[in-house]
Amino acid sequence: MTAPMTDDAPILIVDHLSMRFGGLIAVDDLSFVAKRGHITALIGPNGAGKTTVFNCITGFYKPTTGLMRLAHPDRGVYYLERLLNFRVAKLARVARTFQNIRLFAGMTVLENLVVAQHNTLMVASGFTFAGLLGLRTYRKAENAAVDKARYWLERTNLLARADDAAGSLAYGEQRRLEIARAMCTDPVLLCLDEPAAGLNAHESAELNELLKFIQREHHISILLIEHDMSVVMQISDHVVVLDYGVKIADGTPDEIRNDPKVIAAYLGVEDEEVEKVGAEVGL
Amino acid sequence: MPDKASHTAPSISVADALKDAALAALVAFGLFFLLIGLRSAQGPTGALEVSTRFTDLAMVVGAVFAGAFGRAMIFGRGPIRFGGEMPSWVAPTLAVAGRFATPALLIFALLVPVLFFQNRYILDLGILVLTYVMLGWGLNIVVGLAGLLDLGYVAFYAVGAYSYALLATNFELSFWICLPLAGILAAFAGVLLGFPVLRLRGDYLAIVTLAFGEIVRLVLLNWQSVTGGPNGISSIPRPSFFGLPFNNEDGGFAATFGLEFSSTHRIVFLFYLILALALITNWATLRLRRLPVGRAWEAMREDEIACRSLGINTTTTKLTAFAIGAMFGGFAGSFFATRQGFISPESFNFGESALILAIVVLGGMGSQLGVAVAALVMIAGFELFREFQAYRMVVFGLAMVLIMIWRPRGLISTREPSLYLGEKKIIPASLVGEARSGGSGS
Repeated sequence: MTAPMTDDAPILIVDHLSMRFGGLIAVDDLSFVAKRGHITALIGPNGAGKTTVFNCITGFYKPTTGLMRLAHPDRGVYYLERLLNFRVAKLARVARTFQNIRLFAGMTVLENLVVAQHNTLMVASGFTFAGLLGLRTYRKAENAAVDKARYWLERTNLLARADDAAGSLAYGEQRRLEIARAMCTDPVLLCLDEPAAGLNAHESAELNELLKFIQREHHISILLIEHDMSVVMQISDHVVVLDYGVKIADGTPDEIRNDPKVIAAYLGVEDEEVEKVGAEVGL
Repeated sequence: MPDKASHTAPSISVADALKDAALAALVAFGLFFLLIGLRSAQGPTGALEVSTRFTDLAMVVGAVFAGAFGRAMIFGRGPIRFGGEMPSWVAPTLAVAGRFATPALLIFALLVPVLFFQNRYILDLGILVLTYVMLGWGLNIVVGLAGLLDLGYVAFYAVGAYSYALLATNFELSFWICLPLAGILAAFAGVLLGFPVLRLRGDYLAIVTLAFGEIVRLVLLNWQSVTGGPNGISSIPRPSFFGLPFNNEDGGFAATFGLEFSSTHRIVFLFYLILALALITNWATLRLRRLPVGRAWEAMREDEIACRSLGINTTTTKLTAFAIGAMFGGFAGSFFATRQGFISPESFNFGESALILAIVVLGGMGSQLGVAVAALVMIAGFELFREFQAYRMVVFGLAMVLIMIWRPRGLISTREPSLYLGEKKIIPASLVGEARSGGSGS
């Protein structure tokens, strides 16, 4: 449960983030801090706005209000609400996976991982012109890309399936491939949207190992949406709980486990307690 | 293979089959009663008279009855499923045939002018087929690789043709200078089309590209002062053999090489020219597939949102696909202009776009060999059926329907991976994304 290799500097500060869709307030004035090298979990009942927060952080939505400040370990600070679309991944190096897996089904596993290194390879291929002539520098870069892909295939236990179509993989393998693909973009922050959804207990344990490995060996900060409490409680250093777009708790897994507001949000409460807890939560 | 049982054991009683057949015959009767059964013709007095053709009607209805009965007895009820139950030897045989098909076709193409030197008709047909092969390969970049359904490809063909014609007639530039210029102008037109359609996918994209094709044609038709309007541009310079004109004079090609003058020399030159242009298109496409930009096209066809999450700029990726596809269309267009010597907007109607798209879809989106075979079958086959006149379109339509039933994703619909660690495994068509409506648009 301890977080190895970490200083306490924040990697991502989400500050007063709100996201409105017409009259619906999906995320309401959310603030939290994800620390560098930590695994931060974002949990909450269905419809709490977790994926909306993810979509704001990864540039798929432009938030209505709020700041998201991403500090790279080595250089530069990025304000994610100003980077839209692919730039969050390209410049700020925030990688993500999707709740409903989005792989390039008709391409091989290896191709999926090489596509993820598009921007590096694009430069190496001289924006296609040098690559078209078959220059050595590009071939070298491509070999390096394949080596990196091979590394992550080994880590995710997919090396034997490297030349198979991504769409032909089993569900658990597809989930792992999506994480491998995200890692191939060299992220500083990895956002995982329900990586354990649909996995059995064994696969879930493997996933825990993989995420711990990424955190330990690559010092990548991870932001995680998860329903599977065995994953959340075992690997996360910090948990943020959302309910109806509002943050209701924020702390270590142990604190969250015993927080009455969280229990109320997840399990509901006895009738006589509704008023009391409701008042506490502020509903 | 799903419901294999329904193929092998069609369990249907004769009575049921008769019932089905009777129903089909009834529908046929309703449909053809007015179409075939009654006929209006001018009588001796000049007035319209209605005559009946009930024997013809009975024959057609009878044929439908027999056909429906036979179908019910052989295939049972429900939709007929072809494919999926190929014998085990078919796939390997096809693979072997596929391996030899490419070199065989290439060698054949190289030898055509030697084999058919005396046969001008075959040479002209060969040039026509190769033009469509090149157009198919060019469109294949946009539709097959990038998954952007483009119904206005002929616009770029037109831009290339008019660029060459105008540059050559007004500035007397040679073919070899005009060719790249025409390509660049067509690519520019591609980017111009690309910008407004960046947010569109599938059917919406198809409609806008269709409109773009029509806009270009109408501009060519109405901009009289530049394009000559419906009169087109005539006396476009013929190509020369790197400066040597194909004529009967002393400085001509034949005299320089000590050959007897023959008007076929120019045709042979044109044949090799379009063959070279087509092969360059093919080479560039195969090369681009292995480069990041080509992989990004294919990834975009598979899932655009995932592309964005990986930091791929889908805007420039789409624009490069449009531009490069358009560029090859432009090359083909300038070849068309120099071959014909005369161009007019008539040559660039929607029918051409549809034909090129049909070649790509029929060949299998993304497959180079499939597109070449489809172009050969469609263009040469169309010519062979010329003697059938009116029935040509019927045969053509029937062939299209049958191919779409048997191979709904085209002749060669599997995908070859662009790189591999161990062995190259062919990806089955069912997994490969295609230029379809909806898809993964946001």
